[in-house]
Amino acid sequence: MAPILNIKNLDKAYGPVEILKDINVAIEPGDFLVLVGPSGCGKSTLLNCIAGLEPITGGSIEIGGRDMTSVSPKDRDIAMVFQSYALYPTMSVAKNITFGMKVRGVDAATQEKKLKEVAHQLQIEPYLNRRPSQLSGGQRQRVAIGRALVRDPKLFLFDEPLSNLDAKLRVEMRSEIKKLHHRLGATMVYVTHDQIEAMTLATKIVVLKGGVVQQIGSPAEIYNRPANLFVADFMGSPAMNLVPAKTRPNGQGRLIEIRREDGAPIVLHDHHAGDLPDEVILGLRPEDVAEAGFRAGEDVQEAECLIDMVEPAGADTYVVSRLGGAPFTARLHAETVAKPGETMRLAFDLAKVSYFEPQSGARLN
Amino acid sequence: MTDIPLSTQTSVAGADRKGWSTIALRWLLFVMLGLFALFYLMPLFVMVTTSLKSLEEIRTGSLIALPRSVTLEAWRTAWSGACTGIQCEGLRPYFWNSVLLAVPAVLISTVLGALNGYVIAQWRFKGANIIFALMLFGCFIPFQVVLLPMARMLGILGIAGTIPGLIFVHVIYGLGFTTLFFRNYYVTIPHELVKAAKVDGAGFLRIFFAIFLPLSLPIITVSVIWQFTQIWNDFLFGVSFSSAGTQPVTVALNNIVNSTTGVKEYNVDMAAAIIAGLPTLFVYVLAGKYFIRGLTAGSVKG
Repeated sequence: MAPILNIKNLDKAYGPVEILKDINVAIEPGDFLVLVGPSGCGKSTLLNCIAGLEPITGGSIEIGGRDMTSVSPKDRDIAMVFQSYALYPTMSVAKNITFGMKVRGVDAATQEKKLKEVAHQLQIEPYLNRRPSQLSGGQRQRVAIGRALVRDPKLFLFDEPLSNLDAKLRVEMRSEIKKLHHRLGATMVYVTHDQIEAMTLATKIVVLKGGVVQQIGSPAEIYNRPANLFVADFMGSPAMNLVPAKTRPNGQGRLIEIRREDGAPIVLHDHHAGDLPDEVILGLRPEDVAEAGFRAGEDVQEAECLIDMVEPAGADTYVVSRLGGAPFTARLHAETVAKPGETMRLAFDLAKVSYFEPQSGARLN
Repeated sequence: MTDIPLSTQTSVAGADRKGWSTIALRWLLFVMLGLFALFYLMPLFVMVTTSLKSLEEIRTGSLIALPRSVTLEAWRTAWSGACTGIQCEGLRPYFWNSVLLAVPAVLISTVLGALNGYVIAQWRFKGANIIFALMLFGCFIPFQVVLLPMARMLGILGIAGTIPGLIFVHVIYGLGFTTLFFRNYYVTIPHELVKAAKVDGAGFLRIFFAIFLPLSLPIITVSVIWQFTQIWNDFLFGVSFSSAGTQPVTVALNNIVNSTTGVKEYNVDMAAAIIAGLPTLFVYVLAGKYFIRGLTAGSVKG
């Protein structure tokens, strides 16, 4: 299928300041693309470029197979939901939703019909005559989504739509947006700085940093095989453990040696490690380090670790040790008893390990 | 607001003294405020009473005494009979001159200020800040400085000595202020509103009329009151750029007070002054509440 959104070599600069550098992204109809990155990485600017609200300095944008690079926002067949909802304050909810159709000269009967449909879909019928200021945050968000839905566009754009909501409502609205995506089969582009939102919603994630794409991939790819240290650190909570290690060949595979301040180094044997440099950064997610005995397999290696800190989190217990000069978190069962200052035998699942080049941060395996 | 703390204080044993001192302080405050109010009301009182007295009574009575017999004769004279120089038509024709001058000038400068503010705050372009700074600078240019260049300008445009000429002067001079008002008001409105409307397909003017203008009532009130007061009360431009027959009410008032035929008619002068001041007073009473609200709008997030 032809891509519904195709961004080629996009550059964006404000004078001498480069905001976005050589962005290439393509998505298929029905995709849910999430642009994620720390604040100031250019993700919102990229969304505004897709919407046509910001002119681009280089490259091209195609929507639905048509070149839209210099087409004005109203002709791009898009709808957008904003962080501050951007509801028209002096209009009722109904007028807010039908404003776009009114501007485009859609006849009143069609407006009414579409309004009814959308209001029913989003369960905002009781508020249709209210002003936005009389609604709660979640209700405003629904109206903002409703305003996008009536347009029936090729592409939905969401600019951090949930970041003004409280934590509980955010989770609710998140799953509603996911359901909506599923039900409509619509194509969506969604900007967030929240990596959990990115993981739960996306079919495809673009991780941005400093205006440069770090990695594009499915949530599983991004999570399991981060392309570099930045992505590894940014995605996942608690973050992936990243510690410096020395490697040397040992028959089949390599020995991985991790320095410790309080005693002999830990030496792990990775049977499947390919060719690695002598110095690497080893990355292992907290859930890939467990109590000894709970995991088995050729790639599970055990070692004694001194526990620095214990953080019970209800469903899990996190224990923090110190390896290679950095804190190293393991995710254990809730009922596991661990005490700070004691040693504990932990199992490292090397099947899930990532190796990174210390200088460039690039993935090695 | 004052009752609640008092009742809770008296219910506490031994708090009586504190209660009394609070009441005493409050009374002191009211008395002080009352005195100030009286002080400011005194001239108005003298003006109103004097305007209702006959000339005979003014000569014989005291300045602050109430009129013994109320007469509206002075008001009638001020409105339609007082002499400005050689003409004796009262303030009436000049009052209408002022209305014909102030109403369009206020409306035009407010509309232009709103559009300017909308562009500068919401449609950022290169040099927007410089243009805004220059307009602000216009607020600080004293009237006297622009008199000569403006006179030349009006001559070139062929509207010297006419009411449209005066409207032009006031619109130009007021533009800095109205732009400042609207720009500062619109700058508090999130940019996403314009973006949303653009995506919805609305254009520059559609967004202004459908979204921004309905939001602007408080600041329109501020602009109208400010401009109306400035233009109605203006004397310098009025006396410089008008000719016989197009003078505004302030100039006519000056002429009435200065044209004496033997005896000084204080009652007529007072009545004329009140007539000339009434419209601004009326606008304040009508919209003063919104004026305060509009001036502080944006300082508190609603």
